[in-house]
Amino acid sequence: MEKILQVKDLELSFNTFAGEVKAIRGVNFDLYKGETLAIVGESGSGKSVTTKSIMRLLPEHSAEFKNGEILFGGRDLTKLSDKEMQKIRGKEIAMIFQDPMTSLNPTMPIGRQLTEPLLKHQKISKAEAKKVAIDLLRLVGMPKPELRMKQYPHQFSGGQRQRIVIAISLACNPQILIADEPTTALDVTIQAQILELMKDLQKKIDTSIIFITHDLGVVANVADRVAVMYGGKIVEIGTVDEIFYNPQHPYTWGLLSSMPSLDAADEKLYAIPGTPPDLLSPPKGDAFALRSEYALQIDMEQNPPFFKVSETHYAATWLLHPDAPRVEPPATVIERMKKFPGSRYYEGSRV
Amino acid sequence: MAEKLLEIKNLKQHFNVGKANEVRAVDDISFDIYRGETLGLVGESGCGKSTTGRSIIRLYDATSGDVFFEGENVHGKKSKKDLKKFNRRMQMIFQDPYASLNPRMKVMDIVAEGIDIHGLAKNQAERKKMVFDLLETVGLNKEHANRYPHEFSGGQRQRLGIARALAVDPEFIIADEPISALDVSIQAQVVNLLKELQEEKGLTYLFIAHDLSMVKYISDRIGVMYFGKLVELAPADELYRNPMHPYTQSLLSAIPLPDPDYERNRVRKSYDPASHNYTEGEDVRMREITPGHFVQCSEREFESLKTAAAHI
Repeated sequence: MEKILQVKDLELSFNTFAGEVKAIRGVNFDLYKGETLAIVGESGSGKSVTTKSIMRLLPEHSAEFKNGEILFGGRDLTKLSDKEMQKIRGKEIAMIFQDPMTSLNPTMPIGRQLTEPLLKHQKISKAEAKKVAIDLLRLVGMPKPELRMKQYPHQFSGGQRQRIVIAISLACNPQILIADEPTTALDVTIQAQILELMKDLQKKIDTSIIFITHDLGVVANVADRVAVMYGGKIVEIGTVDEIFYNPQHPYTWGLLSSMPSLDAADEKLYAIPGTPPDLLSPPKGDAFALRSEYALQIDMEQNPPFFKVSETHYAATWLLHPDAPRVEPPATVIERMKKFPGSRYYEGSRV
Repeated sequence: MAEKLLEIKNLKQHFNVGKANEVRAVDDISFDIYRGETLGLVGESGCGKSTTGRSIIRLYDATSGDVFFEGENVHGKKSKKDLKKFNRRMQMIFQDPYASLNPRMKVMDIVAEGIDIHGLAKNQAERKKMVFDLLETVGLNKEHANRYPHEFSGGQRQRLGIARALAVDPEFIIADEPISALDVSIQAQVVNLLKELQEEKGLTYLFIAHDLSMVKYISDRIGVMYFGKLVELAPADELYRNPMHPYTQSLLSAIPLPDPDYERNRVRKSYDPASHNYTEGEDVRMREITPGHFVQCSEREFESLKTAAAHI
């Protein structure tokens, strides 16, 4: 498959009054054409910072690229000037933000907000842009688009506003669409509609999507591949089946066990103890070791490298080292592994 | 079944009454809450679930209808003294842990505010000890008492909100989306804490949320609201196993589960209120289909639901 974006050894810090916050500490991943890559992790894990650094939306006075590169179409995005970046933003890489209530301009009719990227990036007339904008609204399922063009954001519901934001982001047929928690602020029924819409549109225009969320249900729904982030690093990356049915990193185990399942009995919910690491002074070894009951001595001292589980599946945990002791994952995770051919708990044909 | 702690009868909460933009946020709902149980209330935003909670605790004056707390009417005229007594028994935990704590007060004073108002501590030393104990109960420690809210993470702030609610030793707590602003791993911590406290202190909860899987986990019974009306009320397991109202079915079919296989095969149902084909003046109300399982339906639907239920 064709790689459309490559993030290599990315390190980024924020310079604050308290000192240097190492928000991203060596992130590597590739994005393929037409796929959806989900990035999961809790607040402060660096998932939003990673995507904002791709879009170069971080404040330049405090955010600093320490190392690494972001390759897109043969260029390193970390080195581009503001002018060059402006040609990419909204045209080749577009972004949908979390909160549909604040990402639209309240003083501008939505028609003007829709035609803005078109007029900026494409050489077309206002009348043509208006036509395209109406088509876009129709594409995202907005009834009576001609009338709606003249209305202001407050005249739309949350779900409708998110549809408009999606329409704006798709205006120039971007090669990459970054969606930062696009459905977190929405109700489940609306969320389901928006996710279906995004999948349909992806099929139509073959965009690659980076989808950031902390809702594992949404990940299972949209993702082809999943990257799990913790403490400014990717700790596990694989196809959606590999992450959900054959997870290897204790943090992924913790995440999967802390979600109540709808058919589970009333046992106590597994809660990952403690709080995320302070990235002002990141821990020496595995950042998750302090919260993990599976931590080995070496986790406290040395940062684990990526171990290969399969061609598509990698996890950064010392538990995968040939010399590591064999540990039993939590019961709910074993249940999941039973369904996965290739895991050591596999129990024959899948149900 | 256990004794009724709370009875909500024909509660209505309308805003802008008599004007063109009248909103019937809560439109004639009735249900009971039993002592020691957790009643979950779900529905999409704007369906009136938060308004219901806020009317019950008297943050709004109800347009009509009654709320009885141990037989006593909450919304009736009350002297200051009676009101205080009532406020002590019913407390609330709010959705946004960032907005619900006064940023200019120290944790000590935030948690002790209820203690002060109700005069529960005899002297400063006792007040201090009570606050320390409360912080410990919710998994914080006494060093935290001298800090300000901004020094805490979201999960810790929600713990402070819980400590504040517990300070006056209430019997009934309304938790209005207490975990929706928190991260997944932290949500589990807070939900476990709420459950432990319930067992320890015999608390009764009204748990308002839109995250249905968490609601199922914490609740004994669940009520589903749609446009200001309660459309279904049933024991938690029963509601998930056998949802009867088409809106509940559509809501359940929309929940994404952390299971890629299930997600690939998921069929989402949509709900169209017109599908009921109610005739003018038809008697649509809550009816008990199977014991404990109530559905908003007409006489005609009631019969068919009953026959359908008998076949399961």
